Amino acid sequence: MWEYTDKVRDHFLNPRNIGEIEDPDGVAEVGSIACGDALKLTFKLDEDKRIKDARFKTFGCASAIASASALTEILKGKTVEEAMAITNQDIADYLGGLPPEKMHCSVLGQEALEKAIENYRGVSHKKPDEEIVCVCFGVTDGEIERAIRQNHLTTIEEITNYTKAGGGCTNCHEKIQAIIDRIYGTKRPWEQPAARPKLSNIQKIRMIEETIEREIRPSLKHDGGDIDLVDVVGNRVLVATRGACATCQASQVTLKGFVEQKLKELVSPELVVEEVEP
Amino acid sequence: MKTIYLDNNATTMVAAEVLDAMLPYFHDYYGNPSSMHSFGGQVAKELAQARQKVAALLGADPEEIIFTSCGTESDNTAILSALAVNPGKNHIITTRVEHPAIKVLCEHLAAKGYRVTELPVDSEGRLDIDEYEKSLTTDTAIVSIMWANNETGVIFPVEYAASLARERGILFHTDAVQAAGKVPVNTKESLIDMLSISGHKLHAPKGIGVLYIRKGTRFAPFLIGGHQEKGRRGGTENVPSIIGLGKACEIAWQNIETENTHVRSLRDRLEDALLKAIPQSRVNGHRQDRLPNTTNISFEFVEGESILLLMDQYGICASSGSACTSGSLQPSHVLRAMGVPYTMAHGSVRFSLSVYNTAEEIDFVIDTLPPIIERLRHMSPYWSTGQDVCINSTGELNEKSQ
Repeated sequence: MWEYTDKVRDHFLNPRNIGEIEDPDGVAEVGSIACGDALKLTFKLDEDKRIKDARFKTFGCASAIASASALTEILKGKTVEEAMAITNQDIADYLGGLPPEKMHCSVLGQEALEKAIENYRGVSHKKPDEEIVCVCFGVTDGEIERAIRQNHLTTIEEITNYTKAGGGCTNCHEKIQAIIDRIYGTKRPWEQPAARPKLSNIQKIRMIEETIEREIRPSLKHDGGDIDLVDVVGNRVLVATRGACATCQASQVTLKGFVEQKLKELVSPELVVEEVEP
Repeated sequence: MKTIYLDNNATTMVAAEVLDAMLPYFHDYYGNPSSMHSFGGQVAKELAQARQKVAALLGADPEEIIFTSCGTESDNTAILSALAVNPGKNHIITTRVEHPAIKVLCEHLAAKGYRVTELPVDSEGRLDIDEYEKSLTTDTAIVSIMWANNETGVIFPVEYAASLARERGILFHTDAVQAAGKVPVNTKESLIDMLSISGHKLHAPKGIGVLYIRKGTRFAPFLIGGHQEKGRRGGTENVPSIIGLGKACEIAWQNIETENTHVRSLRDRLEDALLKAIPQSRVNGHRQDRLPNTTNISFEFVEGESILLLMDQYGICASSGSACTSGSLQPSHVLRAMGVPYTMAHGSVRFSLSVYNTAEEIDFVIDTLPPIIERLRHMSPYWSTGQDVCINSTGELNEKSQ
């Protein structure tokens, strides 16, 4: 069961402003039934160009209904310029907060509002340079970037909570991480690897042996292969392949992509793996 | 407000008789059944009786019963044991609609390098047995196919599937957590090697499960420790729960007829009335090859969590396969495997009954639910009153004249 605030419950059980305005000044439809929530927003301005009425229709869970209801309440009496400034966080705050996994409901509200205002202004809602990152939920890099910047998101999980991106097949997680890295600079300070103490030769060789034994050999053996450590010369790790690896065309890929990667990660980033005749 | 509990595939009420049977074993007879003294030893006798009752429900011998902590432990034990005793084999066969206790375990094993075949199901949730037969190979270590699906109640022909595995010397496990006590399960008359059940699905408490292991099946324990369960599962026995499970199995054995008459008729009454009262609703899963207590109904163009929370206002407990209730952003893997369209999958509700439900309760739901669906559809942009609406593949609205 979700932990909803009383305000969310109230707006879910007694939603305000359900329906559609005939001949609206602004209209938008966002989301889709495949994604699990959809929202149609319409608004009407009075002679002072203030929002006189706003109405919604929604397909979605309790927080989607409450977010839409809250949005229409917030909108009333605002000028279009003031409405433009409304963020998804404003919707969530109005409801006394939403569970983290449900923040995308407030984002959907904000998207509907932006699109409805564009519709009112006659600007076509085109995103020429945006590329779909999350295929499952049709989320673009631009949408992800906006959510990150507006809500100071730092992890893939948070981005999924806010935009749904990455919540399906998870194939786009690398791309999402790349967007996070681009926005915050390549690496954030707290993710910098701790400085490693300099290893003596004997320590280095021991660690290489241990890493091969614990991390590398089990995986290779699983495919019927194996490697032996022949020597360590400076940062050159000399190995001989055994079993299936000795005859496998892909063993070079394994040595560089897997064995070397593991040793760099767990022992020292300077290490290079070379194959020698056994 | 009275609670109307129609979520018995999630968990069940501990039966009053079960609770009564358990209570003495907390405070009065708290001895360890492994102890030498008669204070503990007397508990061992009760334990043996409980084992006998569990075995009777499954048509098994008492020594074929291992008590575990839950259905998930039983499932994990079965699969990992089969892999351990077949070190040269690398293939697992299961289905796309298994409970996470099997499904996620198999995904985990696939990531470790095992080859996993997830058999598909048709739009009514049934297995293609020819496809299954074709997938059996000399490299297959274990087949695990659930007896009955928890979301739709669809029953699989596990006894036949087990015989095909046996012909090829392949171990066969079934997750019978939902089936036990609702349909007859007789291990003597089948070639199933391992079978899991869970106490809390049949009116025993949570935290007790069973793994049936056919005599002569090679086995490697999961929990290694003491000599309990003949060395097949270490850990001091959960005495009160085992006693409770024994009682629950005894009651389930007596009630199996009621399940298939009384409970089935209540389920059918609920299903028929809801389908009639609510347009654009349909049953997910084959309507004959199904547990007597389960119905999974989709109400198009509304979302499951909203339905559940509005029913909750009336004390009605059920569950849904919608994204918001599945704990992820996508609808249930079972409905997706069946190819249930999104418009339907998000609005699915599972009602699962028990022998403790009454006709009055069912009638209350029949009266309460249609206005709830109506109310949500009134809010839905995909629904317009007075006309039939459908969605094309791009998710855009279009109208369809009837």
